[in-house]
Amino acid sequence: MDQKMDFNAPHSMGTTIIGVTYNGGVVLGADSRTSTGVYVANRASDKITQLTDNVYVCRSGSAADSQVVSDYVRYFLHQHTIQLGQPATVKVAANLVRLLSYNNKNFLETGLIVGGWDKYEGGQIYGVPLGGTIVQQPFAIGEMEDEILKNHCSIEHCFPGSGSSYLYGFFDQAWKEGMTKDEAEDLVKKAVSLAIARDGASGGVVRTVIINSEGVTRNFYPGDQLPLWHEELEPQNSLLDILGAPEPMNI
Amino acid sequence: MASNSDSVSDTQRSLYPYVTGTSVVALKYKNGILMAADMGGSYGSTLRYKSIDRLKPIGKHSLLGASGEISDFQEILRYLDELILYDNMWDDGNSLGPKEVHNYLTRVMYNRRNKFNPLWNALVLGGVKNGQKYLGMVNMIGINFEDNHVATGLGNHLARPILRDEWHENLTFEEGVKLLEKCMRVLLYRDRSAVNKIQISKITEEGATLFSPFSLKTCWEFSAFKNPTVGAEGSW
Repeated sequence: MDQKMDFNAPHSMGTTIIGVTYNGGVVLGADSRTSTGVYVANRASDKITQLTDNVYVCRSGSAADSQVVSDYVRYFLHQHTIQLGQPATVKVAANLVRLLSYNNKNFLETGLIVGGWDKYEGGQIYGVPLGGTIVQQPFAIGEMEDEILKNHCSIEHCFPGSGSSYLYGFFDQAWKEGMTKDEAEDLVKKAVSLAIARDGASGGVVRTVIINSEGVTRNFYPGDQLPLWHEELEPQNSLLDILGAPEPMNI
Repeated sequence: MASNSDSVSDTQRSLYPYVTGTSVVALKYKNGILMAADMGGSYGSTLRYKSIDRLKPIGKHSLLGASGEISDFQEILRYLDELILYDNMWDDGNSLGPKEVHNYLTRVMYNRRNKFNPLWNALVLGGVKNGQKYLGMVNMIGINFEDNHVATGLGNHLARPILRDEWHENLTFEEGVKLLEKCMRVLLYRDRSAVNKIQISKITEEGATLFSPFSLKTCWEFSAFKNPTVGAEGSW
């Protein structure tokens, strides 16, 4: 019954990541769990990484792969910005991510969501899943689909399913065009928290990043500030706080 | 993760697709070529993307439809962009026709196959130049041919029999569209990767027209569907 804890298993972010456009910018959201096999290596990781002042990326899949890809893209974008003389566009950032993902598709195991704001096209979200396809969408959810993973990697470190699969139905129903900033952030917060409730590979806190013409706002929502879902109970300090009378005697 | 691949010699070996498009169906009609595909991008068994454009005009005379890995299709579009750009730069009044583009694609696909690093696609290339209609297909192992009607993937099994029966020379535009819709409806019923958001495009001597996406009505009103297990409870 006891599973061997393989501490040398690669760090994988089972993960729920979301990017949503709204009327004036984008909201990116993610959970904070990084696992090594069944052990939670980091329960408060930050999966939303900065590429430039106006473009951020949500990382999922292998922690190492997504970190190295975002490091390279940040490096290239920095040089590009100097040469261009103005902030890079979200499209350029997303295409740099795609180039690395596509040209190294046999070695990388990372799905990314690039989101940001620029003065030409406003808020945009680009999904770059496994394989290096690039798809612009009004909202994107990221995941590691089980069937794809079965082909791609060996059994020891793969995660059967992950957070975002649970959200397709939710978004199909809850998403609408032209939301306000607060509606969009609420949607993202709710969605990540729903995924955390059902996906063992997702957990911890909900982090959101809002990007618009005014700048970037980072928010942090620990578990106790999120709504409770089906079969979840209000957290307590101790059983003793709930019990009214002192312990009855057994006669 | 590297456990299955060779250590040194393995520069790039594409072994499996990730985001895939399903069938493309195309036929020759009186004025040119009609092509149809749905807008789905599947990720394994999940119908993940529902607005992927799988039909693209190439230059002045051709239309390309792709099934298979979408990232490889996007790369092929970049290669073709460059090809058409260089062709335009000659500025000699000549332009690459569908036969030439099909040939180029065949060379690309076959050479990648020989290096064990295929572009994981089945492509349909159709067009009209100087009154001559052309419709061809090439897939990831380099098999290529031309015909009056072609299909990729499950379309080969479900759509082509219909086309073999009902296609004839000089179909009108309306007849062609109805025939394509008949094929796409069957694919919708019987292909689990199909998505009900269909794009049809045509190419004629005048150029390419991409019609806006639409959904097909489906029929479920059969009495046998309502009570399928009457008389044999527990069966299906």
